[in-house]
Amino acid sequence: MIIVFFVLAFVAVGCAISMLITRNAIYSALFLVLNFATVAILYLILGAPFIALSQITVYAGSVIVLFLFVVMLLGAERLPGGEPLRWQRFIAMALGLVLAVNLGLAITQQAGDLGMLAAPEKGFGAPVEVGRVLFSQYVLPVQIVAFILLVAVVGAVVLSRSEEISHRRELYRKPEAKE
Amino acid sequence: MVPASYYLILSVVLFVLGALGVLLRRNALVVFMSLEMMFNASNLAFITFARMYNALSAQVVVFFVMTVAAAEVAIGLALMVEIFRSKRSVDIDQMNTLKG
Repeated sequence: MIIVFFVLAFVAVGCAISMLITRNAIYSALFLVLNFATVAILYLILGAPFIALSQITVYAGSVIVLFLFVVMLLGAERLPGGEPLRWQRFIAMALGLVLAVNLGLAITQQAGDLGMLAAPEKGFGAPVEVGRVLFSQYVLPVQIVAFILLVAVVGAVVLSRSEEISHRRELYRKPEAKE
Repeated sequence: MVPASYYLILSVVLFVLGALGVLLRRNALVVFMSLEMMFNASNLAFITFARMYNALSAQVVVFFVMTVAAAEVAIGLALMVEIFRSKRSVDIDQMNTLKG
């Protein structure tokens, strides 16, 4: 099991680093898909099959497709010109290292018992169990999330069609202005 | 079996790499992808804690985080397209019109 974990961790971290390094935004999106897939396999190992499959469908299925569409639509695969701020890179590396040490210390001191993970009970994290918790204990958050999704969809439609709507509004106003 | 600390350390590494992506890259779309990776790293920590404490609530929280992240991507990419229409670029160094 530990070999599987190390292989998956290696692939996940390697994909993350390549996503940062590569200059082409499309390659970044594809590396991100692989990263999400390996993390989904880790979710499966950790006893969360429902979350793992929704990770695949939501992230790999819709979010990355949206990213790829936008990158190709805008033709923004590569940015012209070099890096203007080179010193920024070293500061970012140093600050990232500080953040990593800080989070690692917090985990080792505060996270509780970090021993071996016991095998999950049968049915832990199954869709039935997650659904039971979701629709009994968290009914109000589910409603709020549904509303957030509705607002996001309406907002995306409004933002991406704003020119046409304002144009239509001008057409509507014209007779008024003549009077 | 794998100790829980390994999963948490992997999540820390992925989170820091995402933060570095936000700090280092100039392409706004890649910055967005790094944000998604940070979401993903925190989700991994949540799932590990769900397993450590046998608590299904953490998995439900991950579900909410995923839906909110999807909504955020929809809005953010629409904004990105709109910015590209006016500025003809997705370079974050050029999005400085609000600078005082």
